[in-house]
Amino acid sequence: MTARIITITSGKGGVGKTTATANISVALAQMGKKVTCIDSDIGLRNLDIVLGLENRIVYDLVDVVEGHCKINQAMIRDKRFDTLFLIPAAQTRDKNAVTPSEMIDLCESIREEMDFILLDSPAGIEGGFKNAIAPADEAIVVTNPDVSAVRDADRIIGLIEALEKGPASLILNRVNADMIKRGDMMEADDVLELLAIKLLGIVPDDEHVLVSTNKGQPVVLNPKSRAGAAFRNIAARLTGDEIPLIDMSHKEDFITKLSKVFAKEG
Amino acid sequence: MANWLKKLGKEDSADLAKERLKLVLIHDRTNLTARVLDEMKDELIDVISRHVAIDPSAVKITMIHEGREQRLICDIPVKQK
Ligand SMILES: Nc1ncnc2c1ncn2[C@@H]1O[C@H](COP(=O)(O)OP(=O)(O)OP(=O)(O)O)[C@@H](O)[C@H]1O
Ligand SMILES: [Mg+2]
Repeated sequence: MTARIITITSGKGGVGKTTATANISVALAQMGKKVTCIDSDIGLRNLDIVLGLENRIVYDLVDVVEGHCKINQAMIRDKRFDTLFLIPAAQTRDKNAVTPSEMIDLCESIREEMDFILLDSPAGIEGGFKNAIAPADEAIVVTNPDVSAVRDADRIIGLIEALEKGPASLILNRVNADMIKRGDMMEADDVLELLAIKLLGIVPDDEHVLVSTNKGQPVVLNPKSRAGAAFRNIAARLTGDEIPLIDMSHKEDFITKLSKVFAKEG
Repeated sequence: MANWLKKLGKEDSADLAKERLKLVLIHDRTNLTARVLDEMKDELIDVISRHVAIDPSAVKITMIHEGREQRLICDIPVKQK
């Protein structure tokens, strides 16, 4: 077994990296894969609470790197899936507590035991990103369909290419079908044309995400959630399954809008 | 949909977002501003007019992108003798 090491990153903050990492990890474990997810957002620990594992932390990433514990002592086994592990970030340190080469060594030391290692990166182009991208075989960029998130995504995609970790693939998160229909949100085709990278998945904006995060139960565990279904599809695509993209109904043209108005009045 | 019909309806904000991003991304990726492009155009006109007769007002310089690659396209019609 040799794990694929995948870094999940973004230019702009708050677009859904941690949500994506948690859900893809759980979905892969649900498929029987051995998965370790690593929270590399040092100082802003989050992946643990999204996964509902925050009460089980004894050691963290920095403890491993500084030799305070063995790596398997810092790997928290998920209570739902015994093939899923989390290495949490240190909360009281900063991103300079680890170096890119230490991140590479850490990932390589567990690579043979895993199918997937997923790294949740901090946003932006600073040291935290460099730590998270260093061990990666592949990179996934998360963005939302708004101008600043797409602009910053373009910047990070360029950096990933410059670091020879490309081509990155894209998750377009928080897509609102109604707004697309009204012509008030860019659709996936628009964003793809601008960014010119491969689309891994489209995730709808879905209230279930917040509800499930409140409970520490990633949304893929909710069979009714559309975002959950989208993350399950993304995980399946990562394993090589060819799953068609969710249809986030295209923009209605003027004639359709017009005929609807008449239909209402008639 | 016919373009004149589209003009009847208000312009969609999504289309505006895309058009604005197109321009911003070209500049972000290349560091070229509209002003630099204009300067380049003037310099090109200078060099080329030394060798062949052209109409400076017909010269066009544009940036297009193919995938993630940027390409400068310069269109310089040459005057007939
Ligand atoms: N598809 C979605 N539908 C609705 N809410 C979402 C969706 N994806 C993410 N969110 C919400 O958006 C917020 C930010 O998500 P998240 O923490 O995953 O982003 P992030 O990119 O990791 O942020 P940071 O850059 O701070 O690390 C959270 O409140 C999350 O619940
Ligand atoms: Mg995060």
